[in-house]
Amino acid sequence: MIPLSWFLTLSAGLFSIGLFGVLSRRNAVAILLGVELMLNAVNVNLVAFWRYGDLAQMAGQVFAIIVFAVAAAEVAVGLALIISVYRRRNTVIANDLDLLKW
Amino acid sequence: MTAQQIIFLVVSFVTLGSALMVVTSRNLIHAALWLVSTLFGVAIIYTLLNAGFLAVVQVVVYIGAIAILFIFAVMLTRKDMRDQSPQLNRNWWMGALLAVVTFGGLFSLLQSWSGFSKTAADFPSGFDAIGRLGEALVSPDAFVLPFEVASVLLLAALVGAVYLAFNRK
Amino acid sequence: MTTETLIWLIPLPPVLAFFLIVLFTNKNKTLSHSVAVGAAFLSWLGSMIVFFRALGVEHLGQHPFESSIPWIPTGDTWLRIGVLIDPLSAAVLFFVAWTVLMIFIYSIGYHNYGQPAGDHDHMGLPPHGATVHGHTVPSIEPMYSRFFAFIGLFAFGMFTLVVSDNLLTLFVGWEIMGLCSYLLIGFWYAKESARNAAVKAFMTTRIGDVFMLLGIAFLYSATGTLSFREIFSEEVLHQLAIAPSGVLGLSAAGLIALLLFIGTIGKSAQWPLHVWLPDAMEGPTPVSAMIHAATMVSAGVYAVIRMFPLLSLDPKTMTFVAFIGAFTALFAATIAVAQNDIKRVLAYSTISQLGFMIAALGIGAYIAAVFHLITHAFFKALLFLGSGSVIHGMEHGVYHTGNHKVDPQDMFNMGGLRKKMPITFWTFLIGGFALSGFPIITAGFWSKDEILADAFVNGHTAVFITLAVAAFMTAFYTMRQITLTFLGEPRTKEAEHAQETHWTMTTPLVVLSIFAIGYGWVGIPEHFPVLGGLVPNWFHEFVGGTLAEHPEVLEFRWEPLATSLFVAFGGLFFGWLAYRNVKSPADDKLQIGVLKNKWYFDEIYNFLFIKPAYWFAETFVSKWMDKGFIDGILHVFGKVTTFLGSLIRNYFDVPVVNRFFGDGSADVVYWTGKNLRPIQTGRIQQYLMLALVVFIVIGATLYYLLLA
Repeated sequence: MIPLSWFLTLSAGLFSIGLFGVLSRRNAVAILLGVELMLNAVNVNLVAFWRYGDLAQMAGQVFAIIVFAVAAAEVAVGLALIISVYRRRNTVIANDLDLLKW
Repeated sequence: MTAQQIIFLVVSFVTLGSALMVVTSRNLIHAALWLVSTLFGVAIIYTLLNAGFLAVVQVVVYIGAIAILFIFAVMLTRKDMRDQSPQLNRNWWMGALLAVVTFGGLFSLLQSWSGFSKTAADFPSGFDAIGRLGEALVSPDAFVLPFEVASVLLLAALVGAVYLAFNRK
Repeated sequence: MTTETLIWLIPLPPVLAFFLIVLFTNKNKTLSHSVAVGAAFLSWLGSMIVFFRALGVEHLGQHPFESSIPWIPTGDTWLRIGVLIDPLSAAVLFFVAWTVLMIFIYSIGYHNYGQPAGDHDHMGLPPHGATVHGHTVPSIEPMYSRFFAFIGLFAFGMFTLVVSDNLLTLFVGWEIMGLCSYLLIGFWYAKESARNAAVKAFMTTRIGDVFMLLGIAFLYSATGTLSFREIFSEEVLHQLAIAPSGVLGLSAAGLIALLLFIGTIGKSAQWPLHVWLPDAMEGPTPVSAMIHAATMVSAGVYAVIRMFPLLSLDPKTMTFVAFIGAFTALFAATIAVAQNDIKRVLAYSTISQLGFMIAALGIGAYIAAVFHLITHAFFKALLFLGSGSVIHGMEHGVYHTGNHKVDPQDMFNMGGLRKKMPITFWTFLIGGFALSGFPIITAGFWSKDEILADAFVNGHTAVFITLAVAAFMTAFYTMRQITLTFLGEPRTKEAEHAQETHWTMTTPLVVLSIFAIGYGWVGIPEHFPVLGGLVPNWFHEFVGGTLAEHPEVLEFRWEPLATSLFVAFGGLFFGWLAYRNVKSPADDKLQIGVLKNKWYFDEIYNFLFIKPAYWFAETFVSKWMDKGFIDGILHVFGKVTTFLGSLIRNYFDVPVVNRFFGDGSADVVYWTGKNLRPIQTGRIQQYLMLALVVFIVIGATLYYLLLA
């Protein structure tokens, strides 16, 4: 019915939008939002390939589950970091957090 | 055009549109809410892919936890109620370019792949996808180890997050 | 031990003494003179043993004591060196051993052993007296040990020369004595006159030595050997006699003998190389005795005597030798009559007497020459040591009066010393009479008479007359010297306070005077009236055995005897007569300028040789060649190198190496770093963008390379 290419295109597009967000947003939290979009795109890709491949192979879904877990962990830690940085330097603008420069 | 295809088109349109709003909203709360919308869209996509469990997990974990977390984070890191500064940094055009190039690259790469226009196999009836998923997750032959490791990872993340954000006052 | 071994050992003790004193006992004066005198005694002992054993050998000339070792490998053969005691060297060894020992003992007293160190004595200056209880007394020589070391080395040189059986070691001993004469004449090195005299002595004898070395080289190239017994074999002598040398029409033998003789002219201070000997009086008196009486000058005559078989082959050379000898005898005597310094008179006297010996050799009077050599050594050593004693006595007077302007060596400041210094007077008298040829009871008479007799009998009239005149003048100036010094009344306060000297000085005088009297009696000619035949002429028999053909016994003629008696008595009488009332040089009629100034030979040599040599060295070589030319070349090198260096520096090193490569690479690195650094902005979005761009690039490249 629905060709695989549609799902893959959707995934690619979602990924690119997420990439744009990561690269262009000023606010650190917004960057993490972009990261979430990318992760979701990846998940879509994984599940699509599971569905359009060998259904007996649950690896696709399992991988997606793991990605969920990882994404959650990453968001938790990342936001904790941002909050900690905010408390210290009173800013969440990514460009201002440049102490590890030359 | 079958009904499935129409639903897919509508949902993907919504998803992509919401995603675009996520990355271009000036107001971060709006962005977070648009994210919720995007996640909902993705959940429906999962459903279309006969991965119902994942759809529910998506809603519960992503929207119920992660998106909420985002909203909290936005609230905790806001200097004032107004947000007048631009939301995109100076080199946003470079980012846009790269995103477009990435999309183009990915798309052309996929197009050269033979299985690009594959159609879906029929979903066998009586196929207990969830059961199989559960088995796969805990079966020693399958993926119990990544599963356990993932749980350890979550524990580590939990401890780390608490420690990082701990307010000593 | 065998006689040969003993002969090898004779020269050893003095050189050991030299090293011991120099290395170890230098600080201890007693130990130093003990080592030195002990060594002289050991050599004397060895010499006496060898001499007496030699006396017992039948035909020692044909069977001498000899021993040699191979020394220098020359292709298939070896040059051998060794020792030889034939009658000539036995007789010479005898007198050398005695005179050396006497002089060593004398030196102890001469250098004031036992006296305190001087008030302001410096090393290098003669001692100047020490103050004890307000009186000035003679002080000990500051360089006491050094003196004994040097005379030890000197004795070694002389002994080596006497015992050697070849010209090489003879020359070695010759040169060692040359060195020691330099060291000893310049002993008081702080005095400029002493330094100059030492250099003069060394240089003058060196001129002779160069010719001598040429002679030795020629001899070696002609015969292939330097050993006396081999050279004096029939065949070798014959070869040398007939081979022409190409120089002055002389045979090879003649030229060799002439060259060797020139060495003797230098060493024995014959005219024209006589100029060093009077100046050599700057050295301490034992040195004068040793060098100028007993040993060094005798070595020159000994060398000619040794080479007599070679010399006698060429009549031209013989004539030359006779001429030089006779001329020098007369020449030096004329100068001696006008000298006021007690030692100068003796110096010129030595030159004159050596002339006698050389003249004797030139006319072929072998035995007479050897005889006179030995007797002269004894009485001249006696006279020199006596003069040293006189000077010491006069210095006593000078210390007493404190007037240091008075020269203790000037005879005109003396007078009447016979009462103050009796032993010195009597021994000096004996020596002076021996020198003058006082008949019968002095040795000098017998030897001098034999020379005159030989000259007359063999028809060498010119030589006879010259030597007779010289003998007259000898007696004259000797009596002049004795009269001025000892007879009459003291002419100065210093002479009044003169004192007899220590026993270490007077004992050698007595011993030597015994020889000066008695030695003549071993050589009384057979045909001498009354006395001849009473005792056999041992000397003639013994020493004559050295030559291949025993020299014939002279027939007796009354003319030479009468001449001898006349010149001896006449000279002594007139000398006493002329000077018994002379009070000062103004009264001395013989103070003629040309005689006093030694016939101006020093001035002539200075003009002809010394000044040009200095000019050559200072101006030509030093200024023009060395500083101008050679240094000039070096300066050019320097300038060119500096110029090249600066070129390289300014055109290559600084712009290319320093600026381009050095600074350049630093700048490149700096520029690269500076421009790369901003990449690390610390902004993660930029990092991510960069990573993505690179990823896309690499991915595309790989895709197109691998897959497309």
